[in-house]
Amino acid sequence: MTTLSLTKVNKTFGATHALRDVSFDVAPGERVALLGHNGAGKSTLMKIILGLFDADADTGGVQVVGAAPGSAQARRQVAYLPENVAFHPALTAREQIRYYLRLRGEPVAQADELLERVGLGHAARRRIGTYSKGMRQRVGLAQALIGKPRLLVLDEPTSGLDPVSRREFYAMLDGLAADGASVLLSSHALTEVEARTDRIVILSGGTLVANDSLANLRRSAALPIAIQVTAHRDSIDAVAAELGGTRHNGKMVSLSCSHDDKLARLGQVAALGEVIEDVEVLPPSLEDLYSHFSQRSPS
Amino acid sequence: MTGLFTPILAGAGAEFRIALRNRWVVIAVGVMALFATVLSATGSAPTGELGADRLSVTVASLTSLAVYLVPLVALLMSFDAVAGELERGTLSLVLTYPLARVELLLGKFLAHLLILALALAVGYAIAAGAALWADPRAAAGLPALWRLFWTSELLGATFIAIGYALSALARRPGAAAGLVIGLWLALIVLYDLGLLAAVVADSGGRFTTQVFPWMLIGNPADAFRLYNLAASEATAAAAGIGGAANAIPMSHALISILLWPLAALGFATLAFRKVIP
Ligand SMILES: Nc1ncnc2c1ncn2[C@@H]1O[C@H](COP(=O)(O)OP(=O)(O)O)[C@@H](O)[C@H]1O
Ligand SMILES: [Mg+2]
Repeated sequence: MTTLSLTKVNKTFGATHALRDVSFDVAPGERVALLGHNGAGKSTLMKIILGLFDADADTGGVQVVGAAPGSAQARRQVAYLPENVAFHPALTAREQIRYYLRLRGEPVAQADELLERVGLGHAARRRIGTYSKGMRQRVGLAQALIGKPRLLVLDEPTSGLDPVSRREFYAMLDGLAADGASVLLSSHALTEVEARTDRIVILSGGTLVANDSLANLRRSAALPIAIQVTAHRDSIDAVAAELGGTRHNGKMVSLSCSHDDKLARLGQVAALGEVIEDVEVLPPSLEDLYSHFSQRSPS
Repeated sequence: MTGLFTPILAGAGAEFRIALRNRWVVIAVGVMALFATVLSATGSAPTGELGADRLSVTVASLTSLAVYLVPLVALLMSFDAVAGELERGTLSLVLTYPLARVELLLGKFLAHLLILALALAVGYAIAAGAALWADPRAAAGLPALWRLFWTSELLGATFIAIGYALSALARRPGAAAGLVIGLWLALIVLYDLGLLAAVVADSGGRFTTQVFPWMLIGNPADAFRLYNLAASEATAAAAGIGGAANAIPMSHALISILLWPLAALGFATLAFRKVIP
């Protein structure tokens, strides 16, 4: 059974078509990254999933943990971290988390442990008004962990976190996913979702333009792979002539080839033997991939 | 598991704590205490010839004061309730939690009612203390004071809920503040002036006998004043509005006082339902 199922979701705000026929599913334990430029429709889609507002009438369907979005059953099992999460500045993190625990019917004694888990144990009794953006983001994470949710909807969860905190955050997601929770997170920082998500969905102007694992997206985009060959200074001209690449900075030759030609090209390099000092294979970067998909006109 | 009232109590607890930190509790209690003290100190005219005890007279002055002050304090506590959360961005998160919107409102309502009750209790206790100290017969006025207390609380409840409704309609704290001040002026100050002008112009005609009494009890603040003053003959005489008060059965005023909080809360819930975070 899928945790989240979206069928032809549409949403307009006046003349703005925020979402157009967006369909995809999220399975239990799956981590899906929702990518897209600002205004692509990520937050709008998340708010529909949470039932904060309804999709347009011409939407095919939205099923969240087998229930309607925003229904009592869905709300009990779905956690949310809003973009730029905010709390009342007069409350301490501990008081705020205890409040959320009460709302979910969980023992308030868990508050300290939750705050400890997101690295806020030391600041738990300070007012949130004194917190940095990263610390508020951690309070937001702590509340999203309450009560073993089956689906976590996280809107730009790592914005405001430093690199170390980001790594800790993704490690936490791994644990949740291993326990069977599904995660839908949005981001425009591409590199960080690379190793940490099972699937990538790209929205462009409200339309879904990609929905696959990173490896499959790479294959289907068929973007050229770069191969950089380093050779001895005195044989570099011969190497460049032999391989037909472009030379630069005295001892390097750059080649570009398709995915299917990669092994053949590497074979040619290897055949040159001793004169080759080093070979580096650079797959298309996520940025390349992302611009490839988000600029492609929707089919 | 969540009990029936858990979300409401959780909300009330958080809201009360916020009001403590924002000094709202101190401000509300301080304002009521200050005005009660001033009233007790100045309202020391000899009252023996009216046959009323000191506390009953104090209750009459407190009633006239509460008509202005209680709605004002209630509206100032409540105007930020929805608009403030919307602007801070805290609303979208809490609305994904398993609680109904009306429960969210009821939590705030409970906290604000408690703060108001504290303020009223302190203010009225000061007034009662001063009266009892000055006049041994003042204990006779205690029932009137108790009546003033719970009707003040109901009057406050009405305006707290109206504050929520305006907060939800305005969506922005600045606009909500403007709306509640406008409403206070219209309902508490201008309404009575308008009625008075109409009664004078009508000079005892159909408006004065048929419409005016209903317009009076239709306004929660006027119903509150009528009920408290009419409930005690002595204070009604002292305040000199016996005529108007006698034209209206007290039960009607009481019904108005009791129904207004429910109606206002219903209105607030409907307005809040329309808010999209
Ligand atoms: N409440 C709203 N009213 C009007 N337009 C909106 C509203 N929310 C979002 N939009 C519009 O919908 C589009 C998608 O916005 P959003 O979902 O916030 O994008 P993202 O989160 O991907 O940056 C944008 O063009 C935005 O201006
Ligand atoms: Mg967004």
